[in-house]
Amino acid sequence: MSVTTFTLPALPYAYDALEPHISAQIMELHHGKHHQAYVTNLNKALESHVAAIATGDVAAQIALQQAIKFNGGGHINHSLFWKNLAPAGTDETKLEQAKELSAAIERTWGSFNAFKNAFSTALLGLQGSGWGWLTREAGNGAGLRIVMTKDQDPVVGGDVPIFGVDMWEHAYYPQYLNGKAAYVENIWNVINWKTAEDRFLGRSEERTKL
Amino acid sequence: MSSTLLRTTSALRGALRASRALKTTGALASTGFVRGKATLPDLPYDYGALEPYISGKIMELHHAKHHQTYVNGLNSALDTIAEAEGKGDFTKAASVAPLLNFHGGGHMNHSLFWENLAPASREGGGEPDGALKKAIDSDFGSFDTFRKQMNTALAGIQGSGWAWLVKDKAAGTLNLVTRANQDPVTGPYQPLMGIDAWEHAYYLQYENRKAEYFEAIWNVINWKTVGARFEKS
Repeated sequence: MSVTTFTLPALPYAYDALEPHISAQIMELHHGKHHQAYVTNLNKALESHVAAIATGDVAAQIALQQAIKFNGGGHINHSLFWKNLAPAGTDETKLEQAKELSAAIERTWGSFNAFKNAFSTALLGLQGSGWGWLTREAGNGAGLRIVMTKDQDPVVGGDVPIFGVDMWEHAYYPQYLNGKAAYVENIWNVINWKTAEDRFLGRSEERTKL
Repeated sequence: MSSTLLRTTSALRGALRASRALKTTGALASTGFVRGKATLPDLPYDYGALEPYISGKIMELHHAKHHQTYVNGLNSALDTIAEAEGKGDFTKAASVAPLLNFHGGGHMNHSLFWENLAPASREGGGEPDGALKKAIDSDFGSFDTFRKQMNTALAGIQGSGWAWLVKDKAAGTLNLVTRANQDPVTGPYQPLMGIDAWEHAYYLQYENRKAEYFEAIWNVINWKTVGARFEKS
């Protein structure tokens, strides 16, 4: 039984492309070090898991579950995150790129601003490390929902993550220090609405193909 | 009697005020008295005093901004509970439980943390002695083994949290425990020494190299304070 080896995906823009909203220093550490560590540790965990399956060692397989969840989640979450960001001012960051999605947002929250406020409040209410996501639910009328996941728990099952915001301190601390409200305010300038629309309409396979 | 001890006392009073407030809010609120507020304790050393192991900038933000936010959040949660209780709205009071745990825990954890650190030029670093040394040797095999196990526990925290050396109140033995986010050490364990593994505790200086922070912090552990906590517990 062979094991897929994951690699760090290239960023779709330069490290400094999201300035002044996210500094190049943050992007370089976040992508080059943090994301790389999740990829490296996921590969290690999967390799051990394959070995444990080969020897029929169920206890070892169970013991590896949390490492797979944490590092696999870290890899999935960051891969989604880089693609749902884009340099401010580019076409991708214009809400008009997401016609269907913004109509659904207005139906759900009444207005885009009401959604933005609800999402920002949820992000700032997170205790500890984690992520905030706009998701399209598999059941429940395929409705839109704001979902917070702790640590590196990914959005899995049938729910579709449309875009995510990383609320780990490493995502903003060198630039914003304890001022995370300013990070949350500024992240809206670099959301890639074209990617969000593609995910909302199911035009993207990136969740299953990393 | 050094100024360290005096300031230690004032910090402990701060923590005591907070825990007293937790216990007596209900009684005070129902009779209309104003309860004591949790307050930010003074650091028992200067912001730059733990350099080069923890930078002055980290200490200043950590104490004056992060810890202050927990103090404010705790007071706000207690106000909400008292107000809800006054109106007989117990659902509302119960809904504040996560905020009380997070901010109350943040206040307790940081108050203990500042006191179990000290400048390397003063009480910081080295190894414990006396009864604590004996207990560590007996429960972990050696100080070095304990130190390695604590660093392994710290490195294994997935997300934000703390690792603690604790005393099991019933058995009297020492243990290592980790806690997620700001969950405080309560129940069967008495916290003796804590290390903050939140990224804000090290990131400005160590970035993603957290193992280096976990190595460096042993130079500023105040074993005198930890030993005194052990003997009092």
